[in-house]
Amino acid sequence: MADLSVKIGNLRLKNPVMTASGTFGYGLEYADFVNLADLGGIIVKGTTLNPREGNPYPRMAETAQGMLNCVGLQNKGVDYFCTHIYPLIKDVDTAMIVNVSGNSPEDYAACAARINELPGIPAIELNISCPNVKQGGMAFGTSPEGAASVVRAVRAAYDKTLIVKLSPNVTSITDIALAVQDAGADAVSLINTLMGMAIDAERRKLVLSIGTGGLSGPAVKPVALRMVYQVARAVHIPVIGLGGISSATDAVEFLLAGASAVQIGTANFIDPSVSVKVVRGIDDYLVRHGFASVQDIVGLL
Amino acid sequence: MKKYQLNLVLTQVEPLNERYALIKARPQEGPLPEMVPGQFAQLRIEGSATTFLRRPISIHFVDEAQGEVWFLVQVVGDGTRRLVSMKPGDVLDTLLPLGNGFTVPSPDDGPCLLVGGGVGIAPLLYLGACMKRSGGQPVFLLGARKASDLVELPLFRRYGPVHVTTEDGSMGEKGFVTQHSLLQAQRFAHISVCGPGPMMKAVAAYARRQDIACEVSLENMMACGLGACLCCVEDTQHGHVCVCKEGPVFNINQLKWQI
Repeated sequence: MADLSVKIGNLRLKNPVMTASGTFGYGLEYADFVNLADLGGIIVKGTTLNPREGNPYPRMAETAQGMLNCVGLQNKGVDYFCTHIYPLIKDVDTAMIVNVSGNSPEDYAACAARINELPGIPAIELNISCPNVKQGGMAFGTSPEGAASVVRAVRAAYDKTLIVKLSPNVTSITDIALAVQDAGADAVSLINTLMGMAIDAERRKLVLSIGTGGLSGPAVKPVALRMVYQVARAVHIPVIGLGGISSATDAVEFLLAGASAVQIGTANFIDPSVSVKVVRGIDDYLVRHGFASVQDIVGLL
Repeated sequence: MKKYQLNLVLTQVEPLNERYALIKARPQEGPLPEMVPGQFAQLRIEGSATTFLRRPISIHFVDEAQGEVWFLVQVVGDGTRRLVSMKPGDVLDTLLPLGNGFTVPSPDDGPCLLVGGGVGIAPLLYLGACMKRSGGQPVFLLGARKASDLVELPLFRRYGPVHVTTEDGSMGEKGFVTQHSLLQAQRFAHISVCGPGPMMKAVAAYARRQDIACEVSLENMMACGLGACLCCVEDTQHGHVCVCKEGPVFNINQLKWQI
Protein backbone atom coordinates (compact mmCIF):
# COMPACT_ATOMS: atom_id res chain seq x y z
CA MET A 1 0.00 0.00 0.00
CA ALA A 2 1.27 3.46 -0.92
CA ASP A 3 1.37 6.46 1.41
CA LEU A 4 -1.90 8.21 0.63
CA SER A 5 -1.63 11.03 3.16
CA VAL A 6 -1.60 14.62 1.96
CA LYS A 7 -1.24 18.01 3.60
CA ILE A 8 -3.50 20.99 2.91
CA GLY A 9 -2.17 23.97 4.86
CA ASN A 10 -1.81 22.70 8.43
CA LEU A 11 -4.36 20.01 7.78
CA ARG A 12 -3.17 16.46 7.27
CA LEU A 13 -5.62 14.17 5.45
CA LYS A 14 -5.29 10.39 5.63
CA ASN A 15 -5.89 10.25 1.90
CA PRO A 16 -6.59 12.75 -0.89
CA VAL A 17 -10.27 11.90 -1.37
CA MET A 18 -12.93 14.16 0.10
CA THR A 19 -16.63 14.45 -0.67
CA ALA A 20 -17.86 17.74 -2.13
CA SER A 21 -20.17 20.13 -0.35
CA GLY A 22 -23.85 19.69 -1.09
CA THR A 23 -23.47 16.16 -2.39
CA PHE A 24 -22.85 14.22 0.81
CA GLY A 25 -25.05 15.97 3.38
CA TYR A 26 -23.27 15.89 6.73
CA GLY A 27 -21.78 12.49 5.95
CA LEU A 28 -24.34 10.74 8.15
CA GLU A 29 -26.72 10.37 5.19
CA TYR A 30 -24.12 8.04 3.62
CA ALA A 31 -23.03 6.14 6.72
CA ASP A 32 -25.01 3.04 5.67
CA PHE A 33 -22.99 2.85 2.45
CA VAL A 34 -19.52 4.11 3.38
CA ASN A 35 -17.22 3.77 6.37
CA LEU A 36 -16.78 7.53 6.78
CA ALA A 37 -13.40 7.02 8.46
CA ASP A 38 -12.06 5.65 5.17
CA LEU A 39 -12.39 9.09 3.58
CA GLY A 40 -9.74 11.82 3.55
CA GLY A 41 -12.37 14.38 4.44
CA ILE A 42 -16.01 15.40 4.19
CA ILE A 43 -17.01 18.91 3.14
CA VAL A 44 -20.40 19.36 4.71
CA LYS A 45 -23.32 21.28 3.24
CA GLY A 46 -22.97 25.04 2.72
CA THR A 47 -23.63 26.91 5.94
CA THR A 48 -24.62 30.56 6.32
CA LEU A 49 -24.89 32.94 9.27
CA ASN A 50 -28.68 32.93 9.10
CA PRO A 51 -31.07 30.12 8.07
CA ARG A 52 -31.96 29.98 4.38
CA GLU A 53 -34.93 28.22 2.76
CA GLY A 54 -33.19 28.11 -0.62
CA ASN A 55 -34.92 28.43 -3.97
CA PRO A 56 -38.39 27.08 -4.81
CA TYR A 57 -38.87 23.64 -6.38
CA PRO A 58 -37.99 22.54 -9.09
CA ARG A 59 -34.29 22.72 -8.34
CA MET A 60 -32.84 19.98 -10.48
CA ALA A 61 -32.63 18.98 -14.13
CA GLU A 62 -30.91 15.89 -15.48
CA THR A 63 -28.59 16.62 -18.42
CA ALA A 64 -26.29 14.60 -20.66
CA GLN A 65 -23.73 13.07 -18.27
CA GLY A 66 -24.61 15.54 -15.58
CA MET A 67 -27.22 17.56 -13.78
CA LEU A 68 -28.16 21.16 -13.06
CA ASN A 69 -29.13 22.29 -9.59
CA CYS A 70 -30.35 25.57 -8.14
CA VAL A 71 -30.77 24.56 -4.50
CA GLY A 72 -29.70 28.04 -3.37
CA LEU A 73 -27.84 27.26 -0.14
CA GLN A 74 -30.76 25.89 1.86
CA ASN A 75 -29.49 25.38 5.40
CA LYS A 76 -30.59 26.01 8.97
CA GLY A 77 -27.86 28.51 9.78
CA VAL A 78 -24.60 28.30 11.71
CA ASP A 79 -26.21 28.33 15.17
CA TYR A 80 -28.27 25.26 14.33
CA PHE A 81 -25.16 23.64 12.86
CA CYS A 82 -23.15 24.28 16.03
CA THR A 83 -25.81 23.07 18.46
CA HIS A 84 -27.55 20.25 16.55
CA ILE A 85 -25.28 18.89 13.84
CA TYR A 86 -21.77 19.40 15.16
CA PRO A 87 -22.32 17.05 18.15
CA LEU A 88 -23.34 14.29 15.72
CA ILE A 89 -20.31 14.62 13.45
CA LYS A 90 -17.48 15.84 15.65
CA ASP A 91 -16.22 12.36 16.46
CA VAL A 92 -16.26 11.02 12.91
CA ASP A 93 -12.68 9.93 12.28
CA THR A 94 -12.05 12.03 9.19
CA ALA A 95 -11.50 15.72 8.47
CA MET A 96 -14.95 17.32 8.80
CA ILE A 97 -14.75 20.58 6.87
CA VAL A 98 -17.57 23.12 6.78
CA ASN A 99 -18.44 24.96 3.58
CA VAL A 100 -19.24 28.59 4.50
CA SER A 101 -21.24 31.08 2.46
CA GLY A 102 -22.62 34.56 3.01
CA ASN A 103 -24.07 37.81 1.64
CA SER A 104 -21.22 40.12 2.63
CA PRO A 105 -17.60 39.85 3.83
CA GLU A 106 -18.86 40.55 7.38
CA ASP A 107 -21.41 37.72 7.05
CA TYR A 108 -18.77 35.26 5.94
CA ALA A 109 -16.43 36.35 8.74
CA ALA A 110 -19.11 36.05 11.44
CA CYS A 111 -20.04 32.55 10.27
CA ALA A 112 -16.38 31.51 10.09
CA ALA A 113 -15.74 32.89 13.59
CA ARG A 114 -18.47 30.63 15.00
CA ILE A 115 -16.96 27.58 13.34
CA ASN A 116 -13.48 28.60 14.50
CA GLU A 117 -14.68 27.77 18.03
CA LEU A 118 -15.44 24.13 17.15
CA PRO A 119 -12.41 21.94 17.94
CA GLY A 120 -13.67 19.10 15.76
CA ILE A 121 -13.71 21.20 12.57
CA PRO A 122 -10.10 21.65 11.37
CA ALA A 123 -10.86 23.67 8.24
CA ILE A 124 -13.48 25.61 6.33
CA GLU A 125 -14.13 25.88 2.64
CA LEU A 126 -15.22 29.36 1.65
CA ASN A 127 -17.89 29.29 -1.03
CA ILE A 128 -17.43 32.41 -3.14
CA SER A 129 -18.77 30.62 -6.17
CA CYS A 130 -22.40 29.57 -5.68
CA PRO A 131 -24.23 30.41 -8.92
CA ASN A 132 -27.68 30.02 -7.40
CA VAL A 133 -28.11 32.95 -5.02
CA LYS A 134 -28.83 36.56 -5.92
CA GLN A 135 -26.57 38.19 -3.36
CA GLY A 136 -23.10 37.08 -2.38
CA GLY A 137 -22.01 33.69 -3.59
CA MET A 138 -20.63 33.94 -7.07
CA ALA A 139 -20.82 37.74 -7.03
CA PHE A 140 -17.68 37.70 -4.87
CA GLY A 141 -15.98 34.94 -6.75
CA THR A 142 -16.02 36.53 -10.18
CA SER A 143 -13.64 39.44 -9.53
CA PRO A 144 -10.18 39.30 -7.93
CA GLU A 145 -11.07 42.28 -5.67
CA GLY A 146 -14.38 40.79 -4.53
CA ALA A 147 -12.79 37.42 -3.82
CA ALA A 148 -9.92 38.98 -1.91
CA SER A 149 -12.26 41.13 0.19
CA VAL A 150 -14.10 38.06 1.49
CA VAL A 151 -10.92 36.09 2.11
CA ARG A 152 -9.30 39.00 3.99
CA ALA A 153 -12.35 39.40 6.24
CA VAL A 154 -12.50 35.67 6.99
CA ARG A 155 -8.75 35.35 7.46
CA ALA A 156 -8.93 37.95 10.24
CA ALA A 157 -11.64 35.92 12.01
CA TYR A 158 -10.45 32.38 11.35
CA ASP A 159 -7.10 30.85 12.27
CA LYS A 160 -7.39 27.25 11.04
CA THR A 161 -7.03 25.93 7.50
CA LEU A 162 -8.86 28.16 5.03
CA ILE A 163 -9.79 26.66 1.66
CA VAL A 164 -11.43 28.91 -0.93
CA LYS A 165 -13.73 27.34 -3.53
CA LEU A 166 -13.49 29.02 -6.90
CA SER A 167 -16.06 29.62 -9.61
CA PRO A 168 -15.39 28.49 -13.18
CA ASN A 169 -17.78 31.18 -14.45
CA VAL A 170 -14.94 33.66 -15.03
CA THR A 171 -12.59 34.68 -17.82
CA SER A 172 -9.40 33.97 -15.88
CA ILE A 173 -9.66 31.64 -12.90
CA THR A 174 -5.92 32.01 -12.21
CA ASP A 175 -6.38 35.74 -11.52
CA ILE A 176 -8.97 34.88 -8.85
CA ALA A 177 -6.77 32.12 -7.44
CA LEU A 178 -3.78 34.47 -7.15
CA ALA A 179 -5.96 37.12 -5.48
CA VAL A 180 -7.26 34.73 -2.79
CA GLN A 181 -3.76 33.35 -2.24
CA ASP A 182 -2.46 36.89 -1.62
CA ALA A 183 -5.41 37.54 0.73
CA GLY A 184 -4.45 34.64 2.96
CA ALA A 185 -6.06 31.46 1.64
CA ASP A 186 -4.27 28.23 2.61
CA ALA A 187 -5.64 26.33 -0.39
CA VAL A 188 -8.06 26.66 -3.27
CA SER A 189 -10.65 24.13 -4.43
CA LEU A 190 -12.03 24.15 -7.94
CA ILE A 191 -14.33 24.02 -9.74
CA ASN A 192 -17.75 24.88 -8.40
CA THR A 193 -20.58 24.28 -10.87
CA LEU A 194 -20.78 25.84 -14.33
CA MET A 195 -23.81 28.05 -14.79
CA GLY A 196 -26.29 26.51 -17.20
CA MET A 197 -29.92 26.26 -18.18
CA ALA A 198 -32.52 23.65 -19.11
CA ILE A 199 -35.64 24.23 -21.21
CA ASP A 200 -38.70 21.99 -21.50
CA ALA A 201 -39.61 22.15 -25.19
CA GLU A 202 -43.00 20.45 -24.80
CA ARG A 203 -44.18 22.92 -22.17
CA ARG A 204 -42.14 25.84 -23.58
CA LYS A 205 -40.87 26.64 -20.10
CA LEU A 206 -37.63 26.93 -18.16
CA VAL A 207 -37.16 23.75 -16.13
CA LEU A 208 -35.56 25.28 -13.03
CA SER A 209 -37.47 27.61 -10.71
CA ILE A 210 -34.94 30.43 -11.10
CA GLY A 211 -34.16 29.65 -14.74
CA THR A 212 -30.47 28.93 -14.30
CA GLY A 213 -28.55 26.35 -12.30
CA GLY A 214 -25.08 24.92 -11.74
CA LEU A 215 -23.93 22.09 -14.00
CA SER A 216 -22.02 19.20 -12.42
CA GLY A 217 -21.14 15.62 -13.25
CA PRO A 218 -18.86 13.98 -15.83
CA ALA A 219 -19.90 16.56 -18.43
CA VAL A 220 -17.80 19.25 -16.71
CA LYS A 221 -14.66 17.17 -16.11
CA PRO A 222 -12.56 18.41 -19.06
CA VAL A 223 -13.25 22.03 -18.07
CA ALA A 224 -12.34 21.31 -14.45
CA LEU A 225 -9.13 19.51 -15.42
CA ARG A 226 -8.01 22.41 -17.58
CA MET A 227 -8.68 24.92 -14.80
CA VAL A 228 -6.91 22.82 -12.14
CA TYR A 229 -3.92 22.49 -14.45
CA GLN A 230 -3.78 26.26 -15.03
CA VAL A 231 -4.27 27.24 -11.39
CA ALA A 232 -1.80 24.67 -10.05
CA ARG A 233 0.89 26.24 -12.22
CA ALA A 234 0.06 29.75 -11.08
CA VAL A 235 -0.20 29.44 -7.29
CA HIS A 236 2.10 28.07 -4.58
CA ILE A 237 -0.68 26.94 -2.21
CA PRO A 238 -2.29 23.47 -2.56
CA VAL A 239 -5.05 22.99 -5.12
CA ILE A 240 -7.99 20.67 -4.48
CA GLY A 241 -9.51 19.42 -7.72
CA LEU A 242 -13.16 18.60 -8.34
CA GLY A 243 -15.61 18.51 -11.20
CA GLY A 244 -17.06 15.31 -12.59
CA ILE A 245 -14.79 12.85 -10.82
CA SER A 246 -16.48 9.44 -10.77
CA SER A 247 -13.61 6.96 -10.79
CA ALA A 248 -10.07 6.52 -9.50
CA THR A 249 -8.77 7.20 -13.00
CA ASP A 250 -10.57 10.54 -13.02
CA ALA A 251 -9.04 11.35 -9.62
CA VAL A 252 -5.53 10.42 -10.78
CA GLU A 253 -5.96 12.73 -13.78
CA PHE A 254 -6.65 15.63 -11.41
CA LEU A 255 -3.62 14.74 -9.27
CA LEU A 256 -1.45 14.65 -12.40
CA ALA A 257 -2.89 18.03 -13.41
CA GLY A 258 -1.52 19.43 -10.15
CA ALA A 259 -4.21 18.86 -7.52
CA SER A 260 -2.94 17.79 -4.09
CA ALA A 261 -6.33 16.31 -3.25
CA VAL A 262 -9.70 15.79 -4.89
CA GLN A 263 -13.39 15.96 -4.07
CA ILE A 264 -16.12 13.63 -5.29
CA GLY A 265 -19.46 15.32 -5.82
CA THR A 266 -22.30 14.35 -8.11
CA ALA A 267 -20.94 10.80 -8.51
CA ASN A 268 -22.11 10.14 -4.92
CA PHE A 269 -25.68 10.30 -6.25
CA ILE A 270 -25.01 7.55 -8.77
CA ASP A 271 -22.95 5.32 -6.50
CA PRO A 272 -23.06 6.24 -2.80
CA SER A 273 -19.92 4.22 -2.11
CA VAL A 274 -17.88 5.62 -5.02
CA SER A 275 -15.68 7.75 -2.73
CA VAL A 276 -14.07 4.78 -0.95
CA LYS A 277 -13.72 2.95 -4.26
CA VAL A 278 -11.72 5.95 -5.51
CA VAL A 279 -9.45 5.78 -2.44
CA ARG A 280 -8.72 2.13 -3.14
CA GLY A 281 -8.30 2.77 -6.85
CA ILE A 282 -5.73 5.53 -6.30
CA ASP A 283 -3.73 3.17 -4.10
CA ASP A 284 -3.92 0.47 -6.80
CA TYR A 285 -2.67 2.97 -9.38
CA LEU A 286 0.28 4.04 -7.23
CA VAL A 287 1.30 0.46 -6.50
CA ARG A 288 0.87 -0.55 -10.13
CA HIS A 289 3.13 2.28 -11.30
CA GLY A 290 5.67 1.92 -8.49
CA PHE A 291 5.01 5.19 -6.63
CA ALA A 292 5.54 5.16 -2.87
CA SER A 293 3.36 8.16 -2.16
CA VAL A 294 0.42 9.97 -3.70
CA GLN A 295 2.45 13.15 -3.40
CA ASP A 296 4.84 11.72 -6.00
CA ILE A 297 2.27 12.10 -8.77
CA VAL A 298 0.95 15.60 -7.99
CA GLY A 299 1.60 17.65 -11.12
CA LEU A 300 3.63 14.84 -12.68
CA LEU A 301 3.04 15.52 -16.36
CA MET B 1 -34.19 1.96 8.91
CA LYS B 2 -30.84 0.83 7.59
CA LYS B 3 -30.39 1.43 3.86
CA TYR B 4 -28.64 -1.01 1.56
CA GLN B 5 -26.82 -0.83 -1.74
CA LEU B 6 -27.96 -4.16 -3.07
CA ASN B 7 -27.58 -6.06 -6.32
CA LEU B 8 -30.90 -7.67 -7.20
CA VAL B 9 -31.26 -10.49 -9.69
CA LEU B 10 -34.39 -10.16 -11.81
CA THR B 11 -36.59 -13.24 -11.64
CA GLN B 12 -39.46 -11.97 -13.82
CA VAL B 13 -40.11 -9.06 -16.19
CA GLU B 14 -43.69 -9.15 -17.38
CA PRO B 15 -45.29 -6.51 -19.63
CA LEU B 16 -48.78 -5.76 -18.25
CA ASN B 17 -49.90 -3.46 -21.05
CA GLU B 18 -48.22 -1.20 -23.60
CA ARG B 19 -46.83 1.10 -20.87
CA TYR B 20 -46.54 -0.89 -17.64
CA ALA B 21 -44.34 -3.82 -16.68
CA LEU B 22 -44.02 -5.84 -13.50
CA ILE B 23 -40.48 -6.61 -12.37
CA LYS B 24 -39.75 -9.17 -9.65
CA ALA B 25 -36.27 -9.47 -8.17
CA ARG B 26 -34.36 -11.01 -5.30
CA PRO B 27 -30.99 -10.18 -3.72
CA GLN B 28 -27.96 -11.67 -5.46
CA GLU B 29 -26.84 -12.71 -2.01
CA GLY B 30 -28.25 -12.42 1.49
CA PRO B 31 -31.81 -11.81 2.63
CA LEU B 32 -34.17 -9.12 1.40
CA PRO B 33 -34.11 -6.18 3.85
CA GLU B 34 -37.25 -5.26 5.73
CA MET B 35 -39.34 -2.66 3.90
CA VAL B 36 -42.55 -0.83 4.68
CA PRO B 37 -45.25 0.17 2.17
CA GLY B 38 -44.69 3.59 0.63
CA GLN B 39 -40.91 3.33 0.68
CA PHE B 40 -38.98 3.32 -2.58
CA ALA B 41 -35.78 2.15 -4.21
CA GLN B 42 -33.27 4.02 -6.38
CA LEU B 43 -32.52 1.91 -9.44
CA ARG B 44 -29.35 2.37 -11.47
CA ILE B 45 -29.98 2.04 -15.19
CA GLU B 46 -27.12 1.09 -17.47
CA GLY B 47 -26.73 1.74 -21.17
CA SER B 48 -28.99 4.76 -21.59
CA ALA B 49 -27.24 7.89 -22.89
CA THR B 50 -29.98 10.15 -21.52
CA THR B 51 -30.28 8.52 -18.09
CA PHE B 52 -27.62 9.85 -15.76
CA LEU B 53 -29.32 9.65 -12.37
CA ARG B 54 -30.89 6.66 -10.66
CA ARG B 55 -34.65 6.26 -11.03
CA PRO B 56 -36.80 6.28 -7.88
CA ILE B 57 -39.38 3.47 -8.08
CA SER B 58 -41.94 2.52 -5.40
CA ILE B 59 -41.84 -0.75 -3.57
CA HIS B 60 -44.85 -2.40 -5.23
CA PHE B 61 -44.96 -5.56 -3.16
CA VAL B 62 -42.76 -7.70 -0.95
CA ASP B 63 -43.21 -11.42 -1.41
CA GLU B 64 -41.69 -12.69 1.78
CA ALA B 65 -42.23 -16.36 0.92
CA GLN B 66 -40.20 -15.98 -2.28
CA GLY B 67 -37.81 -13.40 -0.85
CA GLU B 68 -38.73 -11.09 -3.72
CA VAL B 69 -39.43 -7.40 -4.12
CA TRP B 70 -41.71 -6.21 -6.92
CA PHE B 71 -41.59 -2.99 -8.92
CA LEU B 72 -44.39 -1.69 -11.14
CA VAL B 73 -42.68 0.38 -13.84
CA GLN B 74 -44.32 2.80 -16.24
CA VAL B 75 -42.29 3.49 -19.37
CA VAL B 76 -41.79 7.25 -19.50
CA GLY B 77 -38.43 7.78 -21.17
CA ASP B 78 -35.36 5.92 -22.31
CA GLY B 79 -34.31 4.94 -18.77
CA THR B 80 -37.56 3.21 -17.88
CA ARG B 81 -37.64 1.65 -21.39
CA ARG B 82 -34.23 0.08 -20.67
CA LEU B 83 -35.43 -1.04 -17.28
CA VAL B 84 -38.43 -2.95 -18.61
CA SER B 85 -36.33 -4.47 -21.41
CA MET B 86 -34.06 -6.18 -18.86
CA LYS B 87 -34.29 -9.96 -18.72
CA PRO B 88 -34.63 -12.50 -15.91
CA GLY B 89 -31.12 -13.16 -14.59
CA ASP B 90 -29.97 -9.57 -15.23
CA VAL B 91 -28.61 -7.73 -12.21
CA LEU B 92 -30.02 -4.41 -11.01
CA ASP B 93 -28.00 -2.12 -8.71
CA THR B 94 -30.44 -0.72 -6.13
CA LEU B 95 -30.48 1.47 -3.03
CA LEU B 96 -33.26 0.50 -0.65
CA PRO B 97 -35.41 0.88 1.33
CA LEU B 98 -35.58 4.68 1.12
CA GLY B 99 -37.91 7.25 2.67
CA ASN B 100 -40.83 6.85 5.06
CA GLY B 101 -43.89 4.77 4.33
CA PHE B 102 -47.62 5.05 4.84
CA THR B 103 -49.23 4.74 8.24
CA VAL B 104 -50.96 1.41 8.77
CA PRO B 105 -53.87 2.50 11.01
CA SER B 106 -55.21 0.35 13.82
CA PRO B 107 -57.91 -2.08 12.59
CA ASP B 108 -60.17 -0.67 15.33
CA ASP B 109 -60.32 2.66 13.46
CA GLY B 110 -62.52 1.13 10.74
CA PRO B 111 -62.12 0.69 6.99
CA CYS B 112 -59.32 2.53 5.16
CA LEU B 113 -59.53 3.85 1.61
CA LEU B 114 -56.51 3.42 -0.66
CA VAL B 115 -56.77 5.69 -3.71
CA GLY B 116 -54.47 5.17 -6.67
CA GLY B 117 -54.19 6.82 -10.06
CA GLY B 118 -52.13 5.60 -12.98
CA VAL B 119 -48.84 4.03 -11.92
CA GLY B 120 -49.55 5.50 -8.48
CA ILE B 121 -51.37 2.26 -7.68
CA ALA B 122 -47.89 0.71 -7.18
CA PRO B 123 -47.33 1.22 -3.43
CA LEU B 124 -50.97 0.49 -2.59
CA LEU B 125 -50.75 -3.26 -3.27
CA TYR B 126 -48.16 -3.76 -0.53
CA LEU B 127 -49.96 -1.25 1.71
CA GLY B 128 -53.25 -3.13 1.34
CA ALA B 129 -51.49 -6.42 2.07
CA CYS B 130 -49.92 -5.01 5.25
CA MET B 131 -53.25 -3.52 6.37
CA LYS B 132 -55.08 -6.81 5.86
CA ARG B 133 -52.32 -8.75 7.63
CA SER B 134 -52.69 -6.50 10.67
CA GLY B 135 -56.46 -7.14 10.74
CA GLY B 136 -57.55 -4.02 8.87
CA GLN B 137 -60.08 -3.61 6.07
CA PRO B 138 -58.49 -1.89 3.08
CA VAL B 139 -60.79 -0.73 0.28
CA PHE B 140 -59.20 0.20 -3.05
CA LEU B 141 -60.36 2.98 -5.35
CA LEU B 142 -58.27 2.95 -8.52
CA GLY B 143 -58.54 5.43 -11.35
CA ALA B 144 -57.20 5.42 -14.90
CA ARG B 145 -57.83 6.95 -18.31
CA LYS B 146 -59.13 3.71 -19.80
CA ALA B 147 -59.71 0.06 -18.88
CA SER B 148 -56.42 -1.20 -20.35
CA ASP B 149 -54.50 1.13 -18.00
CA LEU B 150 -55.87 -0.74 -14.99
CA VAL B 151 -53.58 -3.65 -14.18
CA GLU B 152 -53.37 -6.35 -11.53
CA LEU B 153 -56.96 -5.94 -10.31
CA PRO B 154 -57.16 -9.63 -9.22
CA LEU B 155 -54.06 -9.09 -7.08
CA PHE B 156 -55.62 -6.09 -5.36
CA ARG B 157 -58.84 -8.07 -4.75
CA ARG B 158 -56.87 -10.51 -2.58
CA TYR B 159 -56.65 -7.80 0.06
CA GLY B 160 -59.94 -5.94 -0.21
CA PRO B 161 -62.80 -4.70 -2.42
CA VAL B 162 -61.67 -2.86 -5.57
CA HIS B 163 -63.61 0.07 -7.01
CA VAL B 164 -62.66 1.58 -10.33
CA THR B 165 -63.13 4.76 -12.31
CA THR B 166 -62.05 5.40 -15.89
CA GLU B 167 -62.12 8.75 -17.66
CA ASP B 168 -63.65 7.18 -20.79
CA GLY B 169 -66.07 4.96 -18.90
CA SER B 170 -64.58 1.76 -20.35
CA MET B 171 -64.47 0.17 -16.88
CA GLY B 172 -66.14 0.94 -13.56
CA GLU B 173 -67.70 4.35 -13.03
CA LYS B 174 -66.97 7.06 -15.57
CA GLY B 175 -65.03 10.09 -14.34
CA PHE B 176 -62.41 10.79 -11.70
CA VAL B 177 -61.87 8.92 -8.45
CA THR B 178 -63.32 11.82 -6.45
CA GLN B 179 -66.62 11.40 -8.34
CA HIS B 180 -67.03 7.73 -7.42
CA SER B 181 -70.29 6.86 -5.63
CA LEU B 182 -68.31 4.95 -3.00
CA LEU B 183 -67.36 8.26 -1.38
CA GLN B 184 -71.05 9.04 -0.78
CA ALA B 185 -71.91 5.48 0.27
CA GLN B 186 -69.23 4.76 2.84
CA ARG B 187 -67.34 6.64 5.53
CA PHE B 188 -63.64 5.86 5.92
CA ALA B 189 -61.34 6.33 8.89
CA HIS B 190 -58.22 7.02 6.85
CA ILE B 191 -57.27 7.69 3.23
CA SER B 192 -53.93 6.84 1.58
CA VAL B 193 -53.32 8.32 -1.87
CA CYS B 194 -50.74 7.93 -4.61
CA GLY B 195 -51.13 9.24 -8.14
CA PRO B 196 -50.90 12.36 -10.31
CA GLY B 197 -50.68 15.68 -8.43
CA PRO B 198 -54.14 17.03 -9.40
CA MET B 199 -55.76 13.73 -8.36
CA MET B 200 -53.98 13.71 -5.00
CA LYS B 201 -54.99 17.32 -4.37
CA ALA B 202 -58.63 16.53 -5.22
CA VAL B 203 -58.66 13.57 -2.83
CA ALA B 204 -56.87 15.61 -0.16
CA ALA B 205 -59.51 18.35 -0.50
CA TYR B 206 -62.25 15.74 -0.07
CA ALA B 207 -60.52 14.30 3.00
CA ARG B 208 -60.14 17.74 4.55
CA ARG B 209 -63.81 18.61 3.97
CA GLN B 210 -64.83 15.29 5.50
CA ASP B 211 -62.28 15.59 8.31
CA ILE B 212 -60.64 12.27 7.42
CA ALA B 213 -56.96 11.64 8.09
CA CYS B 214 -55.18 11.55 4.75
CA GLU B 215 -51.68 10.70 3.56
CA VAL B 216 -50.28 11.32 0.07
CA SER B 217 -47.14 10.03 -1.61
CA LEU B 218 -45.20 12.68 -3.55
CA GLU B 219 -42.79 12.08 -6.40
CA ASN B 220 -40.81 15.30 -6.72
CA MET B 221 -37.77 15.02 -9.01
CA MET B 222 -34.90 13.52 -7.04
CA ALA B 223 -31.17 13.20 -7.49
CA CYS B 224 -29.63 11.41 -4.49
CA GLY B 225 -32.69 9.86 -2.82
CA LEU B 226 -30.87 10.09 0.53
CA GLY B 227 -31.61 13.63 1.77
CA ALA B 228 -28.21 14.98 0.78
CA CYS B 229 -28.71 17.08 -2.37
CA LEU B 230 -31.86 18.97 -1.31
CA CYS B 231 -33.24 18.91 -4.86
CA CYS B 232 -36.64 17.23 -4.28
CA VAL B 233 -37.93 19.63 -1.63
CA GLU B 234 -41.60 20.23 -0.88
CA ASP B 235 -42.77 23.36 0.92
CA THR B 236 -44.26 22.23 4.23
CA GLN B 237 -45.29 23.65 7.60
CA HIS B 238 -41.64 23.06 8.57
CA GLY B 239 -40.21 24.82 5.49
CA HIS B 240 -38.55 23.05 2.59
CA VAL B 241 -38.04 19.37 3.38
CA CYS B 242 -36.67 16.56 1.23
CA VAL B 243 -39.41 14.34 -0.20
CA CYS B 244 -36.88 11.48 -0.45
CA LYS B 245 -36.03 11.55 3.25
CA GLU B 246 -38.94 13.15 5.15
CA GLY B 247 -41.44 11.66 2.66
CA PRO B 248 -42.35 10.51 0.14
CA VAL B 249 -45.47 9.99 2.26
CA PHE B 250 -46.85 13.08 4.01
CA ASN B 251 -49.95 13.74 6.03
CA ILE B 252 -51.79 16.44 4.07
CA ASN B 253 -51.74 18.70 7.14
CA GLN B 254 -47.95 18.92 6.83
CA LEU B 255 -48.19 20.32 3.29
CA LYS B 256 -48.98 23.84 2.13
CA TRP B 257 -51.38 22.73 -0.57
CA GLN B 258 -54.16 25.21 -1.34
CA ILE B 259 -57.05 22.78 -0.98
